[in-house]
Amino acid sequence: MSPTRVPVVDGWFTAEGGEFRLLGTCCRDCGAVYFPREDAFCRAPGCSGTELAEVPLSRRGRVWSYTDGRYRPPAPYPSGPERTWRPYTLIAVELAAERMVVLGQGAPGVALADLAIGMEVEVVPGVLAEEDGRTLTTWHWRPVPEEGPAPDGRPAPGEAS
Amino acid sequence: MTGEVAVLGAGMHPWGKWGRGFVEYGTKAARAALADAGLEWSAIQSVVGANTVRCGYPGQVAGATFAKALGWQGARVTSVYAACASGARAIDTARAQILSGMADTVLVVGSDAAPKGFFAPAGGERPDDPDWLRFRVLGATNPAYFALWARRRMALYGDTAEDFARVKVKNAAAGAANPYARYRSPVTAEEVAASPVVADPLRLLDICATSDGAAALVLGSVETARRLGMARPVRIRAVSSVSPTHPRTALDLPDIATDSAPPGSPVPDPFRPSIARAAYEEAGLGPEDLSLAEVYDLSTALELEWYEDLGLCAPGEGAKLLREGATAPGGRIPVNPSGGLASFGEAVPAQAIAQVCELTWQLRGQAGERQVPGARAGITVNQGLFGHGSSVVAVR
Ligand SMILES: [Zn+2]
Repeated sequence: MSPTRVPVVDGWFTAEGGEFRLLGTCCRDCGAVYFPREDAFCRAPGCSGTELAEVPLSRRGRVWSYTDGRYRPPAPYPSGPERTWRPYTLIAVELAAERMVVLGQGAPGVALADLAIGMEVEVVPGVLAEEDGRTLTTWHWRPVPEEGPAPDGRPAPGEAS
Repeated sequence: MTGEVAVLGAGMHPWGKWGRGFVEYGTKAARAALADAGLEWSAIQSVVGANTVRCGYPGQVAGATFAKALGWQGARVTSVYAACASGARAIDTARAQILSGMADTVLVVGSDAAPKGFFAPAGGERPDDPDWLRFRVLGATNPAYFALWARRRMALYGDTAEDFARVKVKNAAAGAANPYARYRSPVTAEEVAASPVVADPLRLLDICATSDGAAALVLGSVETARRLGMARPVRIRAVSSVSPTHPRTALDLPDIATDSAPPGSPVPDPFRPSIARAAYEEAGLGPEDLSLAEVYDLSTALELEWYEDLGLCAPGEGAKLLREGATAPGGRIPVNPSGGLASFGEAVPAQAIAQVCELTWQLRGQAGERQVPGARAGITVNQGLFGHGSSVVAVR
């Protein structure tokens, strides 16, 4: 039997409708967008908004900065000493529409040499770790392929649509 | 302008990895500060402790812990926490008590016994805690954030790994002359370049260690200082304790994402420069009036950022200021003459108090080999996670 797949945090991303997206919330009163989501109160000073609607964040953004982790991070990162340790990249991505920066790990195989500030990246589903017989799912950032259609069938940037 | 308070005494326990408890370190620093002030413990009317979250319950009621360790004598006790800014917030609390007339003599103490390696959040399953989440979901350690900022500087301003190494070389040379520093050996640029990468582009010697250490101050009214026969006491003229303004669009630890800025709105005011700006306004002086600065060099690259945020140079010119030697001993504005976090390693609740101890000794002309000649005014600056800015201006 294959392990159950569970999101590492509930309600932060979805693959419903066949398209993987990060999920934030948007204040109905002032339009402020939140990720991680705010569900009870808008945090904008002067806004008394209490209704926040779930919204998908932009699928693509540009690299604001990036680094990697060369040492095993401490708990609660799901990587106890009994597991194999695989260094990973961390990418901070600027989403133009939301005017916000969202961190994420790079997809497996994305190396520092593949990245540059300003480069376009897209959010893709990923696996964080196996833990207690469960597969913890997460989001990853991955450079947008330069040529050919993107894996989900959408045209690559610059391609005539 | 707010009123001034006087530094009656300053004391420290040397930084290191001593393997003993934080209460012992803090008590030693407190006794040293009392001796420096020439005051008996019984003359202290209030104790303000900067908390440590790593040392159990006593660490979270630090004011009471040190009052007990020094011998209960009935003084008012207060305990404050503001992450890396805890020590400065303890000073701010003491100042408010003095200026409001609640107390004439206040002892401020911060002490820590730090674990080895990365700082990590407390245990348990806490998906509503941003600090827990960044470790859980991303494995984003503190150095990862320092590295993101460092790479951003390289891309925006052309800073190089050699510039970052130069900060370490400068601070290690200063720390070698400081008996309270943990690392007392000079470091070469080659040694920085040969140290392992922790979070690219930062190497082990670019990132501050975690240490045991303690610092204490005895603060009092200027009146009290005169009564004690101090003709020209060091005076704290400003304590900035500002918080950010919404939306925060600069990525900061422990957050996984920034706030979102409304479309078409101007770029929001960044937090770090606002910390020093508030201190300058309160002190009625500016960067051109400073003799020295103690900044929170959690990483070498971050020290350059502080030059700009303090207004010592224009944005993007931090590395140039360093290369010119302006921030080295003998330069126009020496930064971290104590050796900084590069030479101390971080003992969280003690560090911002230690910065003010250094200002005190420098302004009194008691800093020995590392003395900045004729020091008249100094500033400290640091930032604690979860939105705590702190900056202290002291003058003599
Ligand atoms: Zn709102």
